[in-house]
Amino acid sequence: MAVKTDPEQKQEQRLERALRKYKGKPGVLIAALQEAQEIFGYLPRKVLIRVANKLTIPLSEVYSVVSFYSFFSTVPTARHRLEVCLGTACYVQGAETLLRDLQDLCGTGPGKSAAESPFSITTTRCVGACGAAPIVKIGEELHGEMTAEKLPRLLEELEKQ
Amino acid sequence: MSTLVKELARERVRPETDHRLLVCGGIPCRSKGCREVKEALCDELQKRGIAGGIPVEVVGCIGDCSLGPALIVYPEGIIYQKLAPEDARTIVREHLIEGRIVEPLLHRDPRSSEILRQREAMPFYRGQTRLVLRNCGVISAHIDDYLKYRGYAALALALAEMSPQEVIGEVRSSGLRGRGGGGFPTGRKWALAREAPGDEKFVICNADEGDPGAFMDRNILEGDPHSVIEGMIIAGYATGAARGYIYVRAEYPMAVHRCREAITQARRKKLLGENILETGFSFDLEIRTGAGAFVCGEETALISSLHGTRGDPEPRPPFPAQKGLWGKPTLINNVETLANIPLIILHGAARFTELGPKGSPGTKVFALAGKVRHTGLVEVPLGTTLRRVIFDIGGGIPGDKEFKAAQTGGPRGGAWARSRSTGPWTTTACAKPARSSARGGSS
Ligand SMILES: Cc1cc2nc3c(=O)[nH]c(=O)nc-3n(C[C@H](O)[C@H](O)[C@H](O)COP(=O)(O)O)c2cc1C
Ligand code: FES
Ligand code: FES
Repeated sequence: MAVKTDPEQKQEQRLERALRKYKGKPGVLIAALQEAQEIFGYLPRKVLIRVANKLTIPLSEVYSVVSFYSFFSTVPTARHRLEVCLGTACYVQGAETLLRDLQDLCGTGPGKSAAESPFSITTTRCVGACGAAPIVKIGEELHGEMTAEKLPRLLEELEKQ
Repeated sequence: MSTLVKELARERVRPETDHRLLVCGGIPCRSKGCREVKEALCDELQKRGIAGGIPVEVVGCIGDCSLGPALIVYPEGIIYQKLAPEDARTIVREHLIEGRIVEPLLHRDPRSSEILRQREAMPFYRGQTRLVLRNCGVISAHIDDYLKYRGYAALALALAEMSPQEVIGEVRSSGLRGRGGGGFPTGRKWALAREAPGDEKFVICNADEGDPGAFMDRNILEGDPHSVIEGMIIAGYATGAARGYIYVRAEYPMAVHRCREAITQARRKKLLGENILETGFSFDLEIRTGAGAFVCGEETALISSLHGTRGDPEPRPPFPAQKGLWGKPTLINNVETLANIPLIILHGAARFTELGPKGSPGTKVFALAGKVRHTGLVEVPLGTTLRRVIFDIGGGIPGDKEFKAAQTGGPRGGAWARSRSTGPWTTTACAKPARSSARGGSS
């Protein structure tokens, strides 16, 4: 049996507790998966199996739900997730150029996160801050009125974290 | 001015004479650093030893996001704009301590160079009819503030003096149509849900708002969640439902947070739960978050998602009002639709129909964005022309360029060329050349 590291054990305990709360209740799969992803950062196969077993839902159905919703990820995500808003308002304010500048700076493309890079860059639909377009979303934080000139400092600060 | 607007204006007369600071915490202001502004404000108040006496509250979007980060100082109602943390310290020293308004931080009309101190003086707000947004950015999202402004008075009135049928009748005569895009008459939908056989029924608030450029619902939930909750409880009473769900986009963590707090506060005041206001009526609410799928804004897909499965749309009929969540009759309404309900019950359908065109009464909230001077949340009577929104409220296009085209949101939105911009917006005109824009993204 593989020896489990402490944080991993903690995560599994948290998952166990979360699943106990949902067990036997109808319509809780999405909520359970959201909580699992919060605990692990993504949804590895072993977690999906655990969820399926505990909630007595076929694994195929769990997978089908996970693949349907863009919020869920089955692969580990980069330490810093940058999302460039390509909604109409941001687009009009030059979000596309901003995206290219950002990719140049990080050496990655949308969706592709270079394995060793601490940054992943994706695009998103309107995040509801059109008044401050163009927007770059980093984790839960929104950064408004973004310009190419502001990018290097922003990345530097993230790297320091 | 319609009587409803006048009545609301009277309610606004503030009994308070004390200083109170409202920092805008809406998304655009947050993305421009309003948190740092608030920290500087609190820090300076502390340093000057007056932190105890002057409350600092974070409110939802004040309205004109192009002037963010923004701060309102009561009791004068002075609005300061485009603040840096250092400016916040200046305001504490000069305005709060020395009693001198800090003129350089006020908004100056770019055309007349006139200094505008209060919201009411700015064309952006003056041109609007803020009913649904009446509390947004003006009071905090806390229930105590909401109660001060006749919050939950409509619920009390409905429970104490109206039968469910009378409530539905009032909503029906108001002519209110769904603001979620379909434009279905709300009263009729409520009647369908009431008449559908079943011992268990549900009310769902659709807060999945997925249209690009649309952030009206988010701002209502962040700025005034209790108005939506009050609308839902009234809907529960009218249709005979005892449970409700607010289905919010996962991308709206702040809205989720504010709704959670609001639900807890309402439960504590016995406005949610068993035996509400001791009338024997019981109703409770839960929040569910989406997981990033545009189609879940469509009502049958949303219900699939609430079942915990893929958000696949189902063919209609049967409609959710007949067979919805867990196969039970389910009333599903949009955030803004529900936020209109307390107004209609409290002030009466007759007042409501004074606004907007016949057949499509009331107001509509729009999110104004793109190449206009003032961007943000705008509420106008339905039937208002796009040109009026862009020029009189939005202040026109930077550099006074000519207006070429605009895009309006929603499943029935579309592009508007200049020639069509003088036609009115309604929720029903969709089949006609001037398209509906019941969903209000505009960019
Ligand atoms: C593709 C699609 C997306 C939709 N998105 C939303 C949405 O984000 N919010 C919403 O309230 N209604 C949305 N609707 C409309 C809902 O299906 C439903 O009509 C509405 O929630 C009913 O509420 P109302 O009568 O108060 O408008 C959408 C419809 C379609 C077809
Ligand atoms: S389009 Fe980017 S925030 Fe709305
Ligand atoms: S977010 Fe502050 S004014 Fe809109």
